[in-house]
Amino acid sequence: MARSQALEVQEKKELVSKDEKTVPARYYVPTTDIFETDDALTVVMELPGVEKPAIDVSVENDVLRIDARIDFTKYEGLEPLYTEYTVGHFARSFTLSNKIDQQQIGAQLDDGVLTLTLKKAKEALPRRIAVG
Amino acid sequence: MATLFSDPFDALLQFQQALDSFRTSGWLSTGPSAGGAYPPINIFRKGDDVVAIAEVPGVRKSDLEIQVVGRTIRIAGSKSVEYGDKAALHRRERLAGRFDRAFTVPVEIDADQVKAECRDGILALYLPRAERDKPKTIAVG
Repeated sequence: MARSQALEVQEKKELVSKDEKTVPARYYVPTTDIFETDDALTVVMELPGVEKPAIDVSVENDVLRIDARIDFTKYEGLEPLYTEYTVGHFARSFTLSNKIDQQQIGAQLDDGVLTLTLKKAKEALPRRIAVG
Repeated sequence: MATLFSDPFDALLQFQQALDSFRTSGWLSTGPSAGGAYPPINIFRKGDDVVAIAEVPGVRKSDLEIQVVGRTIRIAGSKSVEYGDKAALHRRERLAGRFDRAFTVPVEIDADQVKAECRDGILALYLPRAERDKPKTIAVG
């Protein structure tokens, strides 16, 4: 990977969801990397400003759903003078193509980056069949 | 402004609208590299002081360098994105690389009192306005 490359600003995409939110605040789509190894699917998501307790991760009917809320009370008493980005909650969901072992979902939050490790269910692991 | 934050849901919406309305403000337009560069910065006023907040998810504290010269603040650093060996990539949206940005604030700041805090991917810089720059109230004799 080119490490010397200059970083670009990624415009925040607002969430367009089929199921509407009851909260009037805006939701954004977090930038996400997804990669797969033999035994797990890893989802890495950028959630700047979100604290650990404010993250909800669920897997239901093969849909992985992440809902992360920011604590905007930190902005109390601050008067905006100049802005380049807006602040909002994050939500995103993915339809999983692999069976996931729901008991073994690992979540780690570092510097505003959430890493989810979704272990594949035993029956979904590739099985080698010996020809007799 | 503080009185707006009474209803928690309504307050966030109003805050977002306030941020939006300032997106066109030319407050930093005289700066050397204002706008368009990484990381995106929001600037707030807190009493007499200025607070600059930038979104830097995935940037480690040790990879950040912050310098203050006069009224200009420089934020430089690098961000890396790593995937494990033998991983098959399904989706790649996160960017990695180096960044170096400077911006100038229109008030004099006290460089010795500048505080930087980086938590959960948010970098906050507290830029106290210099005593000598604060407006003096003159009593009419």
